[in-house]
Amino acid sequence: MLVIECPYCGARPEPEFAYGGQAHVARPSEPATTTEDELLQYLYLRDNTRGLFRERWRHVRGCGRFFNAIRDTTTDFFVTTYKVGERPDLPGVGA
Amino acid sequence: MSNLTRRSPRIDATPWLEALPAMTRLSFRGGPDASAAAARGFGVALPTAACRANAVGPRAALWMGPDEHLLLAPLTDSAALRVALAEALGQTPHSIVDIGHRQVAFLVKGPQAEWLLGTGCPLDLDLGAFPVGMCTRTVYMKSEIYLWRTAADVFHLETWRSFTPYVVDMLIDAAQELVA
Repeated sequence: MLVIECPYCGARPEPEFAYGGQAHVARPSEPATTTEDELLQYLYLRDNTRGLFRERWRHVRGCGRFFNAIRDTTTDFFVTTYKVGERPDLPGVGA
Repeated sequence: MSNLTRRSPRIDATPWLEALPAMTRLSFRGGPDASAAAARGFGVALPTAACRANAVGPRAALWMGPDEHLLLAPLTDSAALRVALAEALGQTPHSIVDIGHRQVAFLVKGPQAEWLLGTGCPLDLDLGAFPVGMCTRTVYMKSEIYLWRTAADVFHLETWRSFTPYVVDMLIDAAQELVA
């Protein structure tokens, strides 16, 4: 079974988690001046990275917290997980 | 109220399960200041370590998340507890939700308790990985459960009221292995 390291609870089995999509997608701060293209980007367009990818997970059947993870999309290997608000730099991982 | 204290005949007929009476359950959420204040009103320190529970007499505080605790107390303490917590917390920002009617508690006990829960819970329940005093939300089969190890061979299990027949039936089904 895939074991995921929750930043709050430690190593836990995968059925306790829910996937939350790409991480660090920032909502446009000024809705009034946001263009349609920016809104399109924010709402619908996501990276489809092959390799290391920053994504959100939620420990929904545990502490309930969202956190971020860097996962290799080709091997399912979790390089690291980190709390919301953090952003560890890692060679080979995009923004 | 009668259905709160109704005992399940299926639970009582299974030596590995024991129904617990209805109790006061409060879902407490708040920062460190609020947790410390709530502990004064509750009489039990709210654990700061992840997945740990503190129990004093019939009251217990279970860590459920970085700012979330489950407070357990006897049903008769409900009104007094409400007042004591309100006094202790004052204006400190916090949230208390009474979830006493949402959940049902029972014990999974005996030397086979670990094995029995292992039939549907993906956690490592070995005493080394899940020591006495550890508590967490997790899953049993397809249902969310609260699990708290109160002794080496006793688990306090809580689940949502409507999920209880499912969880109990699945546990009883798994326990057939032990009967044979």
